[in-house]
Amino acid sequence: MSGDLAFYGFAALTVLSAFYVVFSRNIVHAGFSLLFTLFGVAGLYAMLAADFLAATQVIVYIGGVLVLILFTVMMTRIPRRGAGGRGLDRFVPAGVFALLLFALLYKVITGTPWAEKAPVSADPTTARLGASFLTDFVFPFEFVSLILLAAMIGAAILIRDRRPAADDGAGGAAAPTGEEERS
Amino acid sequence: MIPACPLAAVSTGMHADFATVLIFILFGVFFGLLALGIARLLRPHNPHPEKLVTYECGELPQGSAWVRFNVRFYLIALFFIVFDVEVIFLYPWAVVFRQLAAAPGLGLLALLEMLLFLAILVVGLAYVWAKGDLDWVKSLTARPAGEEVAGE
Repeated sequence: MSGDLAFYGFAALTVLSAFYVVFSRNIVHAGFSLLFTLFGVAGLYAMLAADFLAATQVIVYIGGVLVLILFTVMMTRIPRRGAGGRGLDRFVPAGVFALLLFALLYKVITGTPWAEKAPVSADPTTARLGASFLTDFVFPFEFVSLILLAAMIGAAILIRDRRPAADDGAGGAAAPTGEEERS
Repeated sequence: MIPACPLAAVSTGMHADFATVLIFILFGVFFGLLALGIARLLRPHNPHPEKLVTYECGELPQGSAWVRFNVRFYLIALFFIVFDVEVIFLYPWAVVFRQLAAAPGLGLLALLEMLLFLAILVVGLAYVWAKGDLDWVKSLTARPAGEEVAGE
């Protein structure tokens, strides 16, 4: 069945590129590999008849957030070659957090009553979403616009050079704000 | 509502549209690989270490290309994300607008709603524009002469 083939193809793409993200020693390569992970997830969304979610995944995550992640990498300190060893002081906190995250995910996965046979409806969800934006959810829809406005102005104010006359040299990025845009 | 046989749903409608997209993607990948593969068969094979050196205006490259970028690139990326999310909300609206426009009264309402949505974001754009956050060379004039700008 071609559906199974497509599912295993997207799943393999997602998992293999996710492994590369985690195990690559070059953070830029890891960022680019994340593109394939996100694309695989978009394919899985499309197979689950979540067409709007798939489009959002491609446009916002692949087109936007990934660019943001790569920019963040480019603005942070350049890793010196050979630095950042594999010492125990790095493995222990990383391992603890990984175990905690795994425990959380395991609890959620086992605790959720999954529908064994998802009722796959072939109707596109996008049109229904658009109709509900314009009828039942007018106010939340317009409110989203205000949230985006706040995000844009907030970003401008955070990054604005507060000392225009100060001589901050060629770096320009004197205070790199490590804050990620939540979206 | 729920089709008795899921296969019937899979082969119609939306999945067929996405299958078209998938075929386009697969063909695109195949076409690229085909071109590279044929080129590999036809081209002469004379490897030389100097051929792998980064091109830097014909000179020997100095230093690493991995420099720390100016934070202003990040600001532009953040603005891009905001308008990216805006486009995501435009998309379902555009899908249903033609149907809604046929209904009396509803079409104008839908248009006004989206105009309000866009107007709120235009306010933000006007704000950052007027405040000079989009000016790329603003601090070039503020800085003492002779100092180069990083990240260009």
